[in-house]
Amino acid sequence: MDFTYTDDQRAFRDAMRALLMVEASPERVREGWELDAGISPQLQELIAAQGLSALSVPEAFGGLGLADTDWALLSQEFGYYAVPDAALNTAYPAACLIAALPDAPSLQQATLPRLAAGELQLAISHPLNPLVADADRADLVLAWADSEVHAVPRSAVDVSALASVDPARRLYRVSLETGAGTRVADAAQGEVLWRELINRSNLAICGQLLGLTQRILDISIDYSAQRKQFGKAIGSFQAVKHHMADVAVQSEFAKPVFNRAAWAVEHGHPLRDVYVSQARLACSEAAALAARNGIQLHGAMGYTWECDLQIFMKRIWALASSWGDAAFHKARVADWLFAPDTEIGPGKTFI
Amino acid sequence: MDLHYTAEQNAFRAEVRAWMQQHVPREALPDYDTFEGFQAHRAWEKTLNSAGYAGITWPEALGGRGASLFEWLIFEEEYWAADAPLRLNQNGVFLLGPTLMEYGTEAQKARFLPRMAACDDMWAQAWSEPGAGSDMAAIRTTAVRDGDHYVINGQKTWSTRARWADWIFGLFRTEAGSQRHHGLSYLLVPLDTPGVTIRPIRQLNGLAGFAEIFFDNVRVPVDCCLGAEGEGWNVAMATAGFERGLLLRSPARYQQTARRLRTLYLANRDAADRDLSIRDAVIRAISATEAYALSTYRTVSMLAKGSKIGPESSTNKIFWSELDLLLHDTALRILGSRAELDTPESRRWMEGFMFAQAGPIYAGSNEIQRNIVAERMLGMPRQ
Ligand SMILES: Cc1cc2nc3c(=O)[nH]c(=O)nc-3n(C[C@H](O)[C@H](O)[C@H](O)COP(=O)(O)OP(=O)(O)OC[C@H]3O[C@@H](n4cnc5c(N)ncnc54)[C@H](O)[C@@H]3O)c2cc1C
Repeated sequence: MDFTYTDDQRAFRDAMRALLMVEASPERVREGWELDAGISPQLQELIAAQGLSALSVPEAFGGLGLADTDWALLSQEFGYYAVPDAALNTAYPAACLIAALPDAPSLQQATLPRLAAGELQLAISHPLNPLVADADRADLVLAWADSEVHAVPRSAVDVSALASVDPARRLYRVSLETGAGTRVADAAQGEVLWRELINRSNLAICGQLLGLTQRILDISIDYSAQRKQFGKAIGSFQAVKHHMADVAVQSEFAKPVFNRAAWAVEHGHPLRDVYVSQARLACSEAAALAARNGIQLHGAMGYTWECDLQIFMKRIWALASSWGDAAFHKARVADWLFAPDTEIGPGKTFI
Repeated sequence: MDLHYTAEQNAFRAEVRAWMQQHVPREALPDYDTFEGFQAHRAWEKTLNSAGYAGITWPEALGGRGASLFEWLIFEEEYWAADAPLRLNQNGVFLLGPTLMEYGTEAQKARFLPRMAACDDMWAQAWSEPGAGSDMAAIRTTAVRDGDHYVINGQKTWSTRARWADWIFGLFRTEAGSQRHHGLSYLLVPLDTPGVTIRPIRQLNGLAGFAEIFFDNVRVPVDCCLGAEGEGWNVAMATAGFERGLLLRSPARYQQTARRLRTLYLANRDAADRDLSIRDAVIRAISATEAYALSTYRTVSMLAKGSKIGPESSTNKIFWSELDLLLHDTALRILGSRAELDTPESRRWMEGFMFAQAGPIYAGSNEIQRNIVAERMLGMPRQ
């Protein structure tokens, strides 16, 4: 039993962090708001060059063939630096879905090497995710149709843009035609594939929410040390300290739930849906509290456009119900928890 | 106890309702933090004033209706129920107005109140400074007496709607070397005075809803001092409780939000009821809104019998600001993945949600209010 990450995993995370610290500074994120893609093409290329886009591509196709626990630290960095998640969604849940297609070798041949090289962008259309992020710039949309999986080229997709409260998000309603020519997995295969995709999309969001939470803690704690009122740093007032301590408690207790969920997906654990949803509920709650307490600590400064807090707060608000609202995740937990032969209690955690 | 309106009060409600039906713009006005919206809201304040509704509790001679606080509550209920525009001049009318009434000279009242009611003068508040937020007694902007003028130097900040305002009111240090709440004076300053520079500050929604104000040898005549020189803190505090406790946020505002929340919930009930905590939150939010309304009626009853509002005004500020958060948070949960979208369905809720984030910060942060409740109302030991 070992609940920690390996040195390699942490080294990869550190390399990613070193890159994003410079290339995804708040100034750069803001520059992205003015661009069509919401992110600079340069940053996208740098992320690809870091090897990220190859992570989930099997070695046979020129990738690294890594897995969910390898992503768990990286997705937190995406959140911490508020990198728009198109690259993450392409490289992680979408790439995993293509790699797992049991019966579509030509699509895999055509896409996986290009994915590994960071030359291909994917978007995902699913009833749980009616607003498709970055559909406009995707080369291919992976679409759900009665549980089947379809790969629809961008040229066959109509998109209409919708603005989000988060100035970096690029959301679209899409309409697309699916048929025998676009089908890459039938409904029976699709059930399995979509289930994993939903889990991975949620793991990606969990990681981002934890990273966002940590970022808000960091900038708020910094601010509370600098800002003085009544002759003292505001961080010295108990009420202010407790706001941050409350966030830290929630965040610390969401992390191991997230770790188990990533491990469970990686290993095909029968309860992975439940574990992912438990993680999502915990991460969402921690992040929502971070946003609320973060702005409270900043006072009027936190209500300004200039203050970088908004970058992270708005991402948290935007992701709140993405890939399943709380009802969806609570239902997944409840279906298991209240089933007659479910056993919980001491000694049942890892069974 | 008698929980009936009088016949006169019912008649007053009918009058206001009929007027609102006729006059409230059918289309929502553009946001008052845009120039176009500012102008439109200013015109609306004038329309309101033509019926004597701008400052209804003020004496008729000063542009009001001489209405009681109960009538004010009724007016507010009809106003919000009609979805009438936000009050551009609210900080003038609701906050400065009562202070002028209590501390102003006859000349000051005659000079400022009718123009305020007509929105010929649009007023902004100027208390906060970069170093004086929660700690307002740390104000450093000076106003030095020079003959029959004060000469102001320094900086104010976070002044809501100051960008296009005509006047500000706030506290300035008139006694050189004075400390904390001593030596401050309550001054009224026309923003077109030479030496005033206004720098708009953009808020969370991208609009410049507040501003910094810089003063470089700004000369203001001494008759712009409200109350005695050096007594500014007491003047500001005398009405602060009244404002925080009553006038600034009438319950009708939240009751209208609660009504919209119920409609939203019913329209999305099947989806919302998948998560019973949403139903629970709707019930809690709407019940708390009623509690706020009831508490306000009780406060007004006590005021009508001659009581004054004390530190319990701080409970009020905590309650309405947290209520507003709950109402909007619940709405966003009902909207689910649509909440983040800039669509007609979601926009107003998300805007309201963002503004609700500011509620526990402005008008004295909730941390400070909790200290006041604990120390001054409950008598707990001071920090
Ligand atoms: C939307 C909006 C509109 C505003 N409009 C105006 C306006 O028109 N005119 C004007 O003058 N000002 C205005 N303000 C400013 C407002 O009055 C201040 O934001 C408020 O007084 C808090 O000050 P601050 O922002 O400097 O926060 P700070 O005082 O720096 O406080 C930051 C945090 O520390 C906490 N804190 C500070 N001291 C203590 C303590 N002793 N104990 C416990 N916690 C403490 C606060 O509660 C807060 O959570 C507005 C603010 C907002 C958000």
